[in-house]
Amino acid sequence: MAETKSEILQGTLDLMVLQTLSAMGPMHGYGVARRIEQLSENALAVNQGTIYLCLIRLVQKKWIKAVWGTSENNRKAKFYSITKAGQKQLRIEAEGWERVSGVIGRLLQLTPGGKTS
Amino acid sequence: MSYLNRLVARVVAWLRRAELDQDLDHELQTHLSFLIEENVRRGLSPEEARREARLRMGNIPSLREAHRETRGLPFIDTLLQDLRYTFRILRRDKGFAFFAILIVALGIGASTIVFSVLNTLLLRPLPFKDAERLVWIANKKSVPEQTTQVAYILDTRRASNSFTELAAYFAYYNIGDRKLTGDGDPERLTGLPVSQNFFHVLGVEPQAGRFFNEDECRIDSPATVILTDSLWRRRFASNPDIIGKTLQLNGQPVRVVGVTPASFDFTSVFAPGSRIDLFSPFPLTPETDRMGNTSAVIGRLKPGVTLESAQAEFDILGTRFSAEHRSNGNEFQPILTSLKAHVTGRLRLALIVLACAVGLVMIIVCANLSNLLLARNTTRQKEIAIRVALGAGRRRLIRQMLTESIVLSGAGAVGGVILAIVGTRILTRLDAIKIPLLTNVQVDLGVLMFTLAMALVTGLTFGLIPALQVPAIRVNETLKDNNRGASGGRKHSWLRSSLVVTEITLACLLLVGTGLLIRSFLRVLDVDLGFQPERLATIRIDPSSNYSTRAKRNAYFDEALRLVQNTAGVEACGLTDVLPLEGDRSWGVAGVGQVYERENYPEAFVRIVSNGYIKTMGIPLLAGRDFTERDTETSEQVIIINDTLARRLWPGQNAIGQMVTQDGGRRVVGVVGGVRHLTVEQESGSEMYLPIRQTNDFSAVELVVRTSLPQDSLATTVRSALKPLDPNVGPKEFRSVQQLVDKATSPRRFVVMMLAGFSGFALILAALGIYAVISYSVQQRIQEIGIRMALGASARKLQAHIILQTLSLAGIGLIIGLGGSLIMTRSLAALLFGVNAYDPASFIGTVIVLVAVATIAGYFPARRASQIDPINALRAN
Repeated sequence: MAETKSEILQGTLDLMVLQTLSAMGPMHGYGVARRIEQLSENALAVNQGTIYLCLIRLVQKKWIKAVWGTSENNRKAKFYSITKAGQKQLRIEAEGWERVSGVIGRLLQLTPGGKTS
Repeated sequence: MSYLNRLVARVVAWLRRAELDQDLDHELQTHLSFLIEENVRRGLSPEEARREARLRMGNIPSLREAHRETRGLPFIDTLLQDLRYTFRILRRDKGFAFFAILIVALGIGASTIVFSVLNTLLLRPLPFKDAERLVWIANKKSVPEQTTQVAYILDTRRASNSFTELAAYFAYYNIGDRKLTGDGDPERLTGLPVSQNFFHVLGVEPQAGRFFNEDECRIDSPATVILTDSLWRRRFASNPDIIGKTLQLNGQPVRVVGVTPASFDFTSVFAPGSRIDLFSPFPLTPETDRMGNTSAVIGRLKPGVTLESAQAEFDILGTRFSAEHRSNGNEFQPILTSLKAHVTGRLRLALIVLACAVGLVMIIVCANLSNLLLARNTTRQKEIAIRVALGAGRRRLIRQMLTESIVLSGAGAVGGVILAIVGTRILTRLDAIKIPLLTNVQVDLGVLMFTLAMALVTGLTFGLIPALQVPAIRVNETLKDNNRGASGGRKHSWLRSSLVVTEITLACLLLVGTGLLIRSFLRVLDVDLGFQPERLATIRIDPSSNYSTRAKRNAYFDEALRLVQNTAGVEACGLTDVLPLEGDRSWGVAGVGQVYERENYPEAFVRIVSNGYIKTMGIPLLAGRDFTERDTETSEQVIIINDTLARRLWPGQNAIGQMVTQDGGRRVVGVVGGVRHLTVEQESGSEMYLPIRQTNDFSAVELVVRTSLPQDSLATTVRSALKPLDPNVGPKEFRSVQQLVDKATSPRRFVVMMLAGFSGFALILAALGIYAVISYSVQQRIQEIGIRMALGASARKLQAHIILQTLSLAGIGLIIGLGGSLIMTRSLAALLFGVNAYDPASFIGTVIVLVAVATIAGYFPARRASQIDPINALRAN
């Protein structure tokens, strides 16, 4: 069960992070986690640490990049920002997501008898 | 593309893992501090705030682990972990590690050597350009050298459409027939006459100068030579200025035009175990045609032409040209084989047998190591159980065990490669072995790939069974120390026994095969050669060009024989133009007045000898007399024939006094026994001896001496004896006839030695296997044995019981092995000599050896068992 959840999460988490960075500009890990938590209404509440797995994966895919900086509370922190490739990927994934959600939405509207209500 | 990027990023991340771990720690620390601050803002106590923050972060160590896995190369991490663990384990058990690595090293070393020989001789093409298109054109009508008359070469060259070129070399060149004088010590060199296009057909390019041109290949053109690389280096210090210079060969000026490359070794391909120093032009002209069947022929097929179609064409051409040249006697029946098959074909079976043998050895090595690892598993049960209890999965455990076995085999392979490098080095230096291309054998990239594959396969093979056994260990019982060897149980000991039976079976196969070949080899050594090679030494003493007439030459021979005969330590001496096992030529011969069909015309091998040769060689004189120094050109023309020729020409009659057609009529004055002149294995056939004083038809003069002196002092003595005649007879040119015989049997010796080595190794491994299994079963049954002894079983009875158990294992192995041998040995038939494939001695010998070895291997554990103190045994848990 947990597996299916995280599987779904991984793809969506990538999309969320990319979207967040695209919309909000450079942010550190805590900021991204906090932002997504707020937007997702605490769907990610369990393990904020997992955000770093997603971040390193996106960095390695060159969709986001990281630079060291100093945080608001004067601590060393990595600031992540989206790259050009990341923007492109975001568009692709967003489109895909919309298409899928559209399909799912229509599917869910199916009623017995096969007619769209 | 992005997959590749990711892989690169992963590799980079793996290499910078320490730095990245630190980065992550910083980030996580910062993250935590934010969470704590946030919680404090929400009004939690600092302690609560910290606790809650940690909860929301999740498990940091496992996060770190997951981070590494996500960004790096988890496979390598696991591997390194397994390797570290393996090295720790093996260090702890040095004896086992050493022993296992040694076994693998010997096994892989042996297989690598065999493979490198096989690779050079059978797998790789000959060291020529497009070697697969090179064809050996033998003449079936010419015995024994399969040579062809020049006219046929010229005719077929014109008429054939199959070949781009036909080349030839003069097959009756003589070892040491060019005497080099001038700067430095005089030296006898061996020259090979080759046709103008010889090098071109083989695709060889000169490393200095050039090869012969058309002008140099006319019959009356000024003499030229091409040097081999080795002569160039040895005698002329690789000086390129030698090109165009003139050397003195046999007292004649000869111009050097080129040097062959180091990669071109004529003898290693065409005449293994001998040496060529230089090449001279062999004109394909009416003059050389008159010399008869003298040329070995090589052709290069046109692209797209098959050997079969070329053979079909040559069948027709051979018949047609033989009919056209009917007058000159020699026929041409061409048999085409690929040059490669001609060169290595005869060794093919022997090499395949060696490869199979080494394969069997490797299986025995694997069985043996499997057995050792199984035994170790039982002593490692506790360690393994702890790992299982700590959460190691089944796959991870198997992986760990396989890592161990591959590390062992990998280390063994390193040893094996070293062994193979040393071994092949030795092989290439054995110039006494008459095996073609042996000098080219080396451990190259292909061989190393083979070794690498061997190491992997070996490691996986011997590690697999023990590794699969591991998860079967029962954690609870083992940890509770309630282990009475029950784990694995029946199945376990059944496995180990069947491994031992396998070893015995394969060792049995090897022993039978080796036995047969050893017996064949002994038979070969026992062959009556028709002469006595012991204490015979020989040296070239050709008369120099000063002895220009037959009378002068005869005087030279008289004097040489007299001088040598009168030397202390010389029992007998004589002259011949060719030594046994060094070459032969045959002439047609018939009794005067006899009529034969052309197909059926008798031929005999010819030797030109002096008086004393037959006695010196120890060839039995069956009737009549030997030549004397009075058999000269002025006396009656005489001949000595062997008994085979005598029976052929005059069956049932006395040959002495009969006349043969040779040289317009020669009277038979003696009949001698046959000499094995071609190979040691082959009967001699018809032979005849002509007195050296009655013919000019010889191109070399070998002095043969039977002596009681050691070779070195003989050289000095004979040299000083001959000084008045020829001051330039060098001491290093003495050869022993025994060496010629040894060289002729060297391929067989080589195969037998290799096989004997493999069998010995297999036998030792099988013995170790038996020993290990029986010791183990004694160990497992210590309590049972204690009870038996307590109940009054005598030590003797116990010993007998255990040895019987050993013998029953050996018995099963033997029955399967002997059965297999009966099928297998049939394919060895072509390698056998004087024994048949079902030679009882080899089979019985194998049984005796294996039973003896099994008994000894079982005896030690049996004795230990009988010395068990029953009280201790019963107390022991």
